[in-house]
Amino acid sequence: MRRIISVLMENAPGSLSRIVGVFSQRGYNVDSLCVAPTSDESLSRLTIITQADDKVTEQITKQVNKLIDVLRVTELADAPHVERELMLIKVATRTDIARAEVKRNVDIFRARILDVTAQHYTIEITGTSDKLTAFADVMKGCADITESARTGVCGLSRGDRALRP
Amino acid sequence: MRMMSGAAMVVEALKDIGVTHVFGYPGGAVLDIYDALFAQDTVKHVLVRHEQAAAHMADGFARSTGRTGTVLVTSGPGATNTLTGIATAYMDSIPMVVLSGQVPSMHIGEDAFQETDMVGCSRPVVKHSFLVKKTTDIPMAIAKAYYIANTGRPGPVVVDLPKDLVNVQEEHPYVFPDDVTMRSYNPTLKGHNKQISKAMASLTKAKRPILYVGGGAITAEANNLVTQLAEKLNAPVTCTLMGLGAFPGTHPQFVGMLGMHGLLEANKSMHNADCIIALGARFDDRVTNNVDKFCPHADIIHVDIDPASISKTVNAHIPVVGSVDKVIEQLLERMGDIDLSDQKAKLADWWEQINEWRAVKCLNYEQGDEIIKPQKVIEAVYEHTNGEAYISSDVGQHQMFAALYYAYDKPRQWINSGGLGTMGFGLPAAMGVQFAHPESCSVVITGDGSIQMNIQELSTCLQYGLPVKIISLNNRALGMVRQWQDMIYKGRHSHSYMDSMPDFVKLAEAYGHIGIRVDKLEDLDDAMKRCFAEKNKLVFMDILVDQNEHVYPMQIKYGAMDDMRLSKTERT
Repeated sequence: MRRIISVLMENAPGSLSRIVGVFSQRGYNVDSLCVAPTSDESLSRLTIITQADDKVTEQITKQVNKLIDVLRVTELADAPHVERELMLIKVATRTDIARAEVKRNVDIFRARILDVTAQHYTIEITGTSDKLTAFADVMKGCADITESARTGVCGLSRGDRALRP
Repeated sequence: MRMMSGAAMVVEALKDIGVTHVFGYPGGAVLDIYDALFAQDTVKHVLVRHEQAAAHMADGFARSTGRTGTVLVTSGPGATNTLTGIATAYMDSIPMVVLSGQVPSMHIGEDAFQETDMVGCSRPVVKHSFLVKKTTDIPMAIAKAYYIANTGRPGPVVVDLPKDLVNVQEEHPYVFPDDVTMRSYNPTLKGHNKQISKAMASLTKAKRPILYVGGGAITAEANNLVTQLAEKLNAPVTCTLMGLGAFPGTHPQFVGMLGMHGLLEANKSMHNADCIIALGARFDDRVTNNVDKFCPHADIIHVDIDPASISKTVNAHIPVVGSVDKVIEQLLERMGDIDLSDQKAKLADWWEQINEWRAVKCLNYEQGDEIIKPQKVIEAVYEHTNGEAYISSDVGQHQMFAALYYAYDKPRQWINSGGLGTMGFGLPAAMGVQFAHPESCSVVITGDGSIQMNIQELSTCLQYGLPVKIISLNNRALGMVRQWQDMIYKGRHSHSYMDSMPDFVKLAEAYGHIGIRVDKLEDLDDAMKRCFAEKNKLVFMDILVDQNEHVYPMQIKYGAMDDMRLSKTERT
């Protein structure tokens, strides 16, 4: 089952490697990982997407929580939450028809064109992982994908639930 | 505010913490710290012969006292040599602080001479680590290291100190922190009241309860509380390899060690119990055998300070996060309100059954007239030390014999590498014990394989006059490997045989100690007398034992807890 592990930790050197270490040494997989400081600069917020059953998810949260630098850990997917991922995707378009088709799909998906050259569009799209994948598939159909980069998912609980230090 | 160099700060912080012994080995990156050590005599430094041994010595020191062991090594190979010792301490939750030198900050990452990323190398086997970035951070990093190492579930902590920060030429203000609390680290000590109530209900309802006691009970100094709880409930008690001594080995309610080489009565009691309370034990694979067949009738109460240990392998019905001492206190407090006078009558059938299992006498072995059986040696050590010695063990058959044939009445008396199973642990650990308890008898039970993995420390023993007693069960083979090869690989002894043994007596003598070789049963008693009469000298007892002896009982792979071989020919 897909899980969203959300971690609040000290923004200290080595913290990230300890978390990644727990995943590799205990054999948990990482589908995506997204990390940055929070509005309180002394803390970092990290979101990991993993595939795990209930027992393994419990172990992941406990093992991550055990790290000295970690303040709070939660699994977001088992309660109401919002999640977003950002993708930058560069496509090559050789014909006017292709360019029009790309532009039309950008509008349909509510994406944004960030950079235009004679041959290329660089597009920004935000949404759930599924939406990003769907958009990439559509682009494949109407242009050549030159490269793309995804941030990995980040998420928060809905309402007043929060990871507070 | 006092001004001092980073090196002096390291030593000053150790003094402020109350460190008495540092086990270490000098080298380029820590020469400044060694210079600061030289200028004082509050903190005693012990010069080892190999850094791995320094870690095991600090470990033995910690296991026998409960105080954090301290290691000081240089960068690169000095630091990496401690890794096995750090991992050993990590697996058994032993408090230890390793101060490692590092190349100067400006050279980190340049593959400088004797540079290794010690924080990175040690990451999977430490509780936490610090790479110090500023000289003025040294006292706080060291204070936090000791706090983390010896609170909650203890473990090793590495403090990596770049050489430029400990430079004796530069002085900075020294402030030892009053407070080291961290917002991200608050171990839970007291059990949740609701969980305590559930545990109480299960324990008092049980007709076939058992206490399954692990190393956590020793860490929490909960031995007297364990005894009180066991006596109130009139329940049998089994200890893990790490928990031996947490409940008196000679107590009538003790059913022995459990697990792979556990006693029949211990494993049978576990398998047939209707309520198991695990106290600081972690359902290790060397205990449970096949987890799918593990104790099918029992309500499992799991008391552990580390939430991650609970339901990791075996699902706990009643998890209680807390330290063993606090949780037992809570349980006993509740029991004050309940009439437990009928426990004796209630558990009469249970005890009758247990006594039937005991009557099998699974530890019996046949001692002939001549060749010495390894079990006999351990029994002799028990007799000659009145059961009061500190016994440090290496790893292998002799470790199991030492666990099974010596009754440990007190906690911290039995010192062994349970989790990692580190050969070469025994001698340095016994040395750490001897430093902590100079007046006590510190014995190593070892074998011809294990002893050679840290034998260089005989030299350290001479330097510090450590009267450690080395009891080497010499079977001219890697006994446990050979046993498995006999049992599983049709007796193909692939590389478990050594035909180039040194003369251990001469070797002991070359290092300035006494060596005694015993190869006949009739000489064993006299030799033991001689050995333990030498109060001030190290004695190396090279005892030739039966090469073909196996350790029994032994669980049968993939079976339940109580599926066991009782000898080469009998099984349950």
